[in-house]
Amino acid sequence: MDYKVIDGLKYTRQHEWARQENGTAVVGLSDYAQHKLGEIVFVELPDVGAEVEAGKSAAVIESVKAVADLYAPLDGKVTEVNEALLDQPEVINQDPYGEGWVFKVEIKDASQLEALMDKPAYEEFIIKEEEEE
Amino acid sequence: MDEPKKTPFYDKHVALNGKIIDYHGWLLPVQFPQGLVEEVHDTRKRATIFDVSHMGEVTVEGKEAEAYLQKILTNDISKLKDGAIIYSPVCYPDGGVVDDILVYRINSEKYFLVVNAANADKDYKWFEENVFGDVRLQNRSADYAQIALQGPDSKEILQELTAADLDGMKFYRFQPDVSVAGVNSIVSRTGYTGEDGFEVYCKNDGASALWDAVWEAGQKKDLRPAGLGSRDVLRLEASLPLYGHELSKDLTPLQAGLDRFVALDKTVPFNGQEALQKQKQEGINRKLFGLEMLERGVPREGYPVKADQEEIGWVSSGSYSPTLDKFIAMAFLDPEVARQSEEVHVLIRTRSYRAKITKMPFYRRD
Repeated sequence: MDYKVIDGLKYTRQHEWARQENGTAVVGLSDYAQHKLGEIVFVELPDVGAEVEAGKSAAVIESVKAVADLYAPLDGKVTEVNEALLDQPEVINQDPYGEGWVFKVEIKDASQLEALMDKPAYEEFIIKEEEEE
Repeated sequence: MDEPKKTPFYDKHVALNGKIIDYHGWLLPVQFPQGLVEEVHDTRKRATIFDVSHMGEVTVEGKEAEAYLQKILTNDISKLKDGAIIYSPVCYPDGGVVDDILVYRINSEKYFLVVNAANADKDYKWFEENVFGDVRLQNRSADYAQIALQGPDSKEILQELTAADLDGMKFYRFQPDVSVAGVNSIVSRTGYTGEDGFEVYCKNDGASALWDAVWEAGQKKDLRPAGLGSRDVLRLEASLPLYGHELSKDLTPLQAGLDRFVALDKTVPFNGQEALQKQKQEGINRKLFGLEMLERGVPREGYPVKADQEEIGWVSSGSYSPTLDKFIAMAFLDPEVARQSEEVHVLIRTRSYRAKITKMPFYRRD
């Protein structure tokens, strides 16, 4: 596997990750997704307090050549956004699972998080996606 | 759709782990593993090699070749010397653009035209429709491979492989029948990056040997491959127009700011002359301007540009510029409003982002 997939995180089919943390979910872009996008130059963040909906665009990530939506992995209110990304969006490339987190959302329905893929399932998913390319 | 075509360098791109895309019917690398941003820096600081075999080539021969070209080109080639190259739009009678091309004068009765890949078939048809007298056209697009070696180290790399005097070759000059590592080539000091550099054309059967020789000679200078993605950013930084963006059948060369390539007063009539003269007299409602974003945001093609809430035009090309570390764009704007506006806004999705009008080119080499 050329791409880092971390144990303990949940993953979506659109390549977001979510990590449970004190009643909220921290959300970011997977290493696979940041590789595919290339050098990230711009991030549009949701407003704190905004209601996001699972499967709907919550943020926009742009590389030099591409515009990508970051979809909310679950419903809920945005509690915090990573404002450091506004000036240094490339942090998503450098540390997608750490400093490159994008926003935090309160967990209303924990089953939404449970339903996402775990590490082995996501690894299998991206291998398939690579093959289809 | 026909199957996309492979250039003679396709296997080289695959071996270098290039990400291949279908570009106007050609399988070409959009970027290599070092990434688009690095490719831009590599080109500006050292040298990179591009596969530009998708470009079309047409030869024009005959006693009336010059008269014929004078009719189809907006630029004036009457002073063009053997071994010199001129850039010119090709227009329809209404002033809209068929294509923008390079014209290589081999001699007064033989010219070599280089046209955009996306337009190659359309151009050839247009060229044929306009033929008169002793003019013979040949579409050589399928016969030629082409590499672009771009960046400050280009000359040193290429000079190792040829006896031709590259120091003596000025910008927009060329030599036909040059041996490059034993491969018969046309070598010109041209490019689409805003850097010094060369473009080398050879027949397909010599292509692989040519690439390998350039690649090997380049290794001392850390030569890297570069793809279509960085090529597009490099040309934007240098404010070079791209057909389909800054030029089209619905845009004239005057709107694109290419006035110095339109010989309005050419003594022989040319396609589009009257329409362009009229446009010049009556004024232009949309003209190309440079934009620099004053806040972070990527201006992309098609985004509206506003001044005081009024829409005054659209972005034709835009990107993050790695060389300038700024977000830049070319945009067609209402010239009267644009000239009075200190600041304009680019509408990116739902929000307006501040930008200022700035001189082009955004980047010029020292």
